[in-house]
Amino acid sequence: MISAGFWSMGGYARFVWPCFGFALAVILWNLWSARRFLAVARRRTARALMMAASQRS
Amino acid sequence: MWTWFYRLASPPFVYRVAAAAAPWFLAAAVAAIGYGVIDGLVFAPPDYQQGDAFRIIYVHAPAAWLSLFSYTTMAVAGAIALIWRIKVGHAVAAATAPIGASFTLLALVTGSLWGRPMWGTYWAWDPRLTSELILLFLYVGVMSLRPAFEDPARGDRAAALLAIVGVVNVPIIHYSVQWWNSLHQGPTVAKLGRPSMPGSMLWPLLSMLLGFMLFYGAVLCIRLRGEVLNRERLSAWVREAVKS
Repeated sequence: MISAGFWSMGGYARFVWPCFGFALAVILWNLWSARRFLAVARRRTARALMMAASQRS
Repeated sequence: MWTWFYRLASPPFVYRVAAAAAPWFLAAAVAAIGYGVIDGLVFAPPDYQQGDAFRIIYVHAPAAWLSLFSYTTMAVAGAIALIWRIKVGHAVAAATAPIGASFTLLALVTGSLWGRPMWGTYWAWDPRLTSELILLFLYVGVMSLRPAFEDPARGDRAAALLAIVGVVNVPIIHYSVQWWNSLHQGPTVAKLGRPSMPGSMLWPLLSMLLGFMLFYGAVLCIRLRGEVLNRERLSAWVREAVKS
């Protein structure tokens, strides 16, 4: 079903594939950065809670 | 009703709901985007005028739509936070800004790559393109304004005000192709009553629109949890949440 014509996109391959490639990059970046943001927030929160606990004791 | 409203917007409730909803949103987004990409790239017929270049619509239109939806969400969340002093509103606005900015950039880049073979240029100072570029600047402005204040509460208020003022750009973007002479084509999906594309082209587009919205929901939930943690760091409920 997927022939050479599919990859050439009727002569528009150099416009079509970079669009889909960039879309994939944006999607992956969003997922990665959101997970990283949450992980950093959790680490900072754990550190702040530990400091608060040590100040109380 | 107000009690229910405030309970719904309480940070522990939002944190729990976001944690539960994110995987479901993500799984549904993968399914919808997967179907949309395969159907749009493999099975949809080429356009009679644009040939296979029209397939760029399957990433360009959902990204552009999401850029407007995300900005409107940011402005509404900012307004709710300012009017009813609901702190989660500021967290939603802060969480949505980078997502919206990245999809605005995607809409601009894919539009530019689509414009080259169709209009003969990557960029024109056309009303639709220019107003979408202004939207990107507004996102960058809102994201830069928040950390520019020493007092986070003042930063939140300033960012919310800028988001609310900037929302005037959303209808300008949407109606720019009708109000002014534009290189950009008119609305395609907005007139579902009399669609201007056949079902074989329309269904993958609708699937991609749904998939991008679900993906936005998933990423917003993950970012929102981080924002809530940053703002509620020393609350009693956070101690339990971080342990789990």
